[in-house]
Order: sequence, then structure tokens, then C-alpha cells
Amino acid sequence: MIVFILRRLTQSAVVIAAMAVLVFTGIFAIGNPIDVLISPEADEVERAAAIARLGLDQPMHVQFARFVESAVGGDLGTSFVHGVPALGLVLQRFPATLELALAAMLLAVLLGIPLGLWAGLKPDSVAGRVIMTGSILGFSLPTFWVGMMLIMAFAVQLGWLPAGGRGQTASLFGVQWSFLTRDGLAHLILPAINLATFKLSLVIRLARAGTREVALQDYVKFARAKGLSPARVVGVHILKNIMIPVVTVLGLELGSVIAFSVVTESVFAWPGMGKLLIESILQLDRPVVVAYLLLTVLLFVVINLVVDLIYSMLDPRIRLGGGRA
Amino acid sequence: MVFRLLGLATAAAILAGAGSAPAATLTIGTSAEPSSLDPHYHNLGPNTRARKHVFKSLVGFDAKMRLQPELAESWRAVDDTTWEFKLRRDVKFHDGSPFTAQDVVYTVCRIPNVANSPSSFTVYTKGIAAIEMPDPHTLVIKTAKPYPLLPAELATFGIISAKAAGGEQVTFDKAGCKADSWPTSQAFNDGTLMVGTGPFKHKEYVKGGRQVLERNPDYWGPKPAWDTVVFRPITSDGPRVAALLAGDVDMIETPPVQDMERLKGTPSVTLAQAQSARVIYLALGVQDTPPTITGTDGKNPLKDPRVREALSLAVDRDAIVKRVMQGVAEPANQFLPAGFFGNNPDVKVHTDAAKAKKLLEEAGYPKGFQLTLGTPNDRYINDDKVAQAVAQMFTRIGVQTKVDATTANVFFSKRNKQEYSVFLAGWQADSGEMSSPLKALVATPIKDKGYGTTNYTSWSDPEFDGMLETALATVDDAQREKLLQAAVKRAMDATIIVPLHYEVTVWAMKKGLSYEPRADQYTLAAKVVPAQP
Repeated sequence: MIVFILRRLTQSAVVIAAMAVLVFTGIFAIGNPIDVLISPEADEVERAAAIARLGLDQPMHVQFARFVESAVGGDLGTSFVHGVPALGLVLQRFPATLELALAAMLLAVLLGIPLGLWAGLKPDSVAGRVIMTGSILGFSLPTFWVGMMLIMAFAVQLGWLPAGGRGQTASLFGVQWSFLTRDGLAHLILPAINLATFKLSLVIRLARAGTREVALQDYVKFARAKGLSPARVVGVHILKNIMIPVVTVLGLELGSVIAFSVVTESVFAWPGMGKLLIESILQLDRPVVVAYLLLTVLLFVVINLVVDLIYSMLDPRIRLGGGRA
Repeated sequence: MVFRLLGLATAAAILAGAGSAPAATLTIGTSAEPSSLDPHYHNLGPNTRARKHVFKSLVGFDAKMRLQPELAESWRAVDDTTWEFKLRRDVKFHDGSPFTAQDVVYTVCRIPNVANSPSSFTVYTKGIAAIEMPDPHTLVIKTAKPYPLLPAELATFGIISAKAAGGEQVTFDKAGCKADSWPTSQAFNDGTLMVGTGPFKHKEYVKGGRQVLERNPDYWGPKPAWDTVVFRPITSDGPRVAALLAGDVDMIETPPVQDMERLKGTPSVTLAQAQSARVIYLALGVQDTPPTITGTDGKNPLKDPRVREALSLAVDRDAIVKRVMQGVAEPANQFLPAGFFGNNPDVKVHTDAAKAKKLLEEAGYPKGFQLTLGTPNDRYINDDKVAQAVAQMFTRIGVQTKVDATTANVFFSKRNKQEYSVFLAGWQADSGEMSSPLKALVATPIKDKGYGTTNYTSWSDPEFDGMLETALATVDDAQREKLLQAAVKRAMDATIIVPLHYEVTVWAMKKGLSYEPRADQYTLAAKVVPAQP
């Protein structure tokens, strides 16, 4: 177990280092941040002064060396645009995104697994067909469009829910959360549904496919023949066995929901990390983009580790790190 | 499950609505967020808009961008290089301390000392050679040369409190003022130094979420109608309009052109619009080797004035305004619209494709040539669509034109390296008068004088430079305007810059509010008033 975790951490360090190089050179190639940041009325002297203030007067390898040097000490640089530490800026936005992602995943799991089970157990029923058709829509409709439609329907036409923003927040563990206040919760619902739509469809399909396969297995037939209640057969014998693919995919999807909820955050003006990322890319705010992506890599690494650990709990046959060999 | 959730949300929304509906709260959805609350950190539109609510400047602009008194009640040029400003005596900072000349000195001293500033306001303070304070409410500012733009430049930055920042003893020194330490931008972002003289006080700031201001009861000017003002950045166009329609916000900046018809047809919404001081133009490069022209054996056809004139004649500005901009723009014939200081009413532009073709023939390009037109696609209203329309118009006279549309950060980097023979861009005259575009776009670049800062065409006309220089050294307004008008004529005759249209700024708000639209494009909560019943 410890060997496994250690090996994982080494791999992660290599990934993070490679990522840092890629991101740094990539965004360096796009353009010069000073062309975007500085007032067009500024003369050459002003320009040179601003370039020096931001450290852009050095050649790229020097800038990279400086970056690595301070990154090792935990400092990922200062945002060109906002003038505050980049990592702090990203972390400040993290709770908003995390909250939205978790709400979306919760919706996807709580709705998706029962619906998928139902569709899998009764594939030819009307309900089963409706669920499957619905999931196709969930896959194929673009998030941006669905978001706008949700706003038009529930905020503009019906006036039930707010159109965007985070609403009132309350503090828990020193962090501001929306779900603790009624107003905040109302603001959370539409974006969470929007973000959940795609994942929901995914979970439904996985659960249905799994159910159809497992329901025909001998042990399920045997359980039924033994006279176990249908609830126990579905709840224990089927549900537990369809969870492995669901957990795998959910793990990966949770990472992507946190890291790339850019579209939903833009549509709903949700002050999360995704919105920060897109704005930072447009303004060539290199330290923020690098800090964000490094954080994302770290997040994926951690989630994958957790997923592997959950596997071994769900299925005792799975051994971590190649077991005794 | 879905229904139960929605039901719960409905209840929550209704409760929230009932709880927070005091009449005097104004919520504004903005199209961009300031990068900092520090008034001197970043010379950028959204920052200045935020600053104008809390920190007033010595001189201000009215809605038509004419100078008006703000913290200075009057000013005059004593001689060519000396200006005297009389300050208001009834102004208090938000912490109750009186406003004096020392605060101005401290502000001018602090501006060059902002850490990490990506675009500094020193552009506007470096004309100042010395400041004297004969008494606490009189300022005498000396400039090294005759400097008629001084009052306009003093309108660009807000005055901070010397007392709040511990700078009561700081004195002005052209070579750099001395102080133990200078205020950090962080101290403004967290609210400690948000001590200004404006109509609103700082209350709360959540980056990316909202900025909350409350009324300053001791404000010296007209009292704003709002107890509380909330600015919410909603940077995506569609959602910003939706937020207004849903009633989340009371007013929004710059609704997208394609939604204009819908908003006009919505009874609960009113619009306000004004011509801005921003011109959208094409710049024609006269480099020796043209970067994006082919089919001319390496020669640059744009060096021939006839070819430049032909391109200008090919552009149908009325069609662009009507079809691409849906009427939300004004055709432009020079750098600033009529009514702005320095506009030359005798300058005209024409559309004449037949004449354009003839000029191309005379210049030796009967078959035209191939051209790539560079444009950003997310910087100005419908920028890439305008460029497409221009490309078609050029192609019609025989200049086969392709459009290279990229996102602003890529475009500006390429443009600044002169990688386009012809590009589309915009210029906003922050000073509201003609020297700003002439100096930046047409003048020959001079390193430390601020000339030609956005001249990426390699154009250089010593005679024009001389005319501009004389104008900029003429303190008498009437005389300076004449000189500027002559310079406009000369620049337009050279056809280096082909003006297309002036942007029109639009605000949409719920019925019952009114806003005097501003040429400087700022959204000022103090000027939003409930319409008289």
C-alpha cells in the first residue's frame, strides 16, 4: 500500500513538472502580455518600465528558471493583471467551483443511478424508453444552449430562480458557501442542473448497461430463486456490482467538472475558477494560468488515487500495486 | 425529486425577493470587472469606472466629454507653463477629514510608486514639473513646456487621502518623491484605504462576484438616488441580457447588437445610447516590404497614395453601419465625431467604387493584388464581421482580400510587431479631444514623447509632426483647435488611417430608470435616476 502510494506520488511529480514546462512555453508562444495590458497611450519609456516591473524583460529560460525557483518554495508568481499572488487568486475561487461541481455530481448520482437501474431492469417499458431518449438529449445538447434555455425558462419567463451569480453566502470553516443560505441555494440550482445534465446522462447509460449485464448473471438468478425480496436483489446483488464502472467514470468526471466547468460558470456568471481561467487566458495572465493548471493536475492525481483506493473496497479481488508480485 | 427541488427553490427565491427589496438599491450588470480597486494600479476602462464612484479627480468630464470642475472649482493658465487650480473648500473624505492640496501632491507622488502596475498613470503625471501650495486650497502646477492638455490629464486619475495613507509630510519631487512606504494595491482591495471623496463609500468587494457601495451622506455634489449600489460582473453577453430580463439586475452595460431589436420590443426595458469617442478604423501600412500583400513582386502598393485613396473609396460606411452594426454606430469621416474638440467639419469621405478601380489602374495595378486584413474578433463590437464586410468591398474593386481574425491577445501581439499590412482596430480618445488620436495613430513614433505609440504603419510625415507639435504647445484653446483641425485635414488627405465608424454605447435598464448616456462609455451609478412620475 505505502509502496503503491509512493510510486504514485513520484509519477505525479513527473507529470506536474512536464505540465509546468508545457503550459509555460505554450502561453509564452501566444503573445506578449504587455500588448494586452498596457494603455495604448503609453510611450516606449512607460512600456519598458511596465515590462521590467512584470519581469518580462528577461529571456524565456531566465523567466522559467525564476518561476521554478519560487515555485519550489510554494510561490507560483504574481498575477500580471490583478497584482496579487496567483495561487491565492485561484484558491480563493476554488470553493465556488467545488460547491457547484459537488452539487452537480450529487444530482447526477442521486438521479442517474435509480433511473439507470430502472431502465436496465425494464428496458422495454415506456419509462425505460423515455429515460434512454432523455439521456440522448442530455448528451447531445450543448451546455451553453441548455444553460441559456434554463435561464430563459426559470428566470426570465417563470421568474422562479435567479439568472446568475452566487447569491448570499455564509461562512463555514472560514470559507464562503452558497448552499448554506436560502438565497445562495436558489442561485445554485440552475447552474448545478446545467452542469449535471451531461454527467446524468452518462451515469444513466453506465448504470443501465451494467444492470442489463448483471441481471442475467447466475448469482442474480440464484438469489431470486432463493426467494430473496426484489429490493434486496436489486439493492445488494445488482447495485453493488454495477458500481465499479460508475465509480471509475465518476472519479474522472469529478475532476473534469471541477477543472472545466468554464461554460456553465460563464453562462451563470458563477465566480468560480473556470471563469477566472478563461479570463486569464484572454489576458495572457501567465502566472494564473500556470497556477490553475498545476492545481488541476494535482487534483486529478489525488482523485485517481482515491478512485483506486475505493476500487479495492468495492471489489476485494482488486489488489493495489500488483499485490504480492 | 426534480419537482421537489424546484419547489424548494421557488420558495427560497420568493423569500429572498421579499426580504431584500428596499427601493433604493441599484444593481448593475457590468461587461467587465476591474482588475483591482486601487485607483492607480491599472489604466483601464473598468478600473476607472469603479474609481469614479469612490475617488473624484481634480477635473471631470461631463456626458459629452467636455471638461468640468470636480475637486477643483476653477483653473486658469497663469502663463504658458504655469497653471493655478482653486480647490473646493467643502469637500470631506469618507473618514471625515478635509480635502486639501496635500492630497493632490500625495496622489501625484504615489502614482509612479504602485508595485506591479501593468499600465501606469504616469503617462498623465509626467507633464508635471513642480507643484506649489500657496495655501491649502490653491495649487500651482508648473510644466517644463507649454502643456495645454494638463487639465484633461488631471481628469484621468482619482485623488486619494494623504492622511489615510500616512503621507501628510510627502513633498513633490520631479526626480521621485520620498516616503517610508507606499500604499499597496491590497490595502485598497481589502477596503482599508478606500477613503475617497466620491458620492459612494466602499462597502464590500468579492472578486468575480460583486462590488457593493453605499451612499456617502456627506457628499459635496448632487446626492445620488441610491442607498446601495451593487456592481455584478456578467461578462457573457447573453446571460447579461437574461439577468436584466429576469430582474436580477436593474441595468446592464453594452447589450449585444443582435439583442437590440428584442430589447426595444420589451415593454419593461428602456435603452439609452450615445455616440462614443471611439473610432473604428483601418490602418494602411507603408512598410518597404509589405507583410501581408502578395502579387506585387514584393513591392508595397500602399506606398502609392492613389492605392490608399482607392481602398478608402471602396468602403461603403453606410452599409456597414446599417447591415453589420444594425444601426448601432455612426459612419465616421475622421478620428472623432462632430462636437468633439478638434473635429474638422470640412473633412469628408466618399464611396465610389468606379473611381477606386480607376485609381488602381492609374497606379499600375489594373488586376489588383492580394491582401490579408488583420482584425481582432472579440475586442470591438462585431469587429470580425466588419472586417469581413470590408474585405468584400475591397475584393469588389479588384483587391482580393482575406480576413485573419484572431482573439485580441494574439491580434495585438502580431499587430504590434507590424505583421499586418492592413489591420482593423479602434481608438478611444480618453482626453475627449483630437490630439489623442493624432498623436497616437498618425505621428511619427518618438521613443519617450508618447508620439506614435499606436502607429504600426511605418508612416512618417515630418510636416504633420510639426503641425501637431505646434498645436500641443499652444495653450490658447481657440487657436489650438484651429491647428488641430488643420492637422486632421493633412492626416486624412494622406489616407493612412481609414475611419469606418464611431461606436455607439448602449445601456439597457428596467423601465422607471433613466441614464444620461455618456460619450466616455462609463456607467456611473450616481447619474442613474428614477424617472420622474
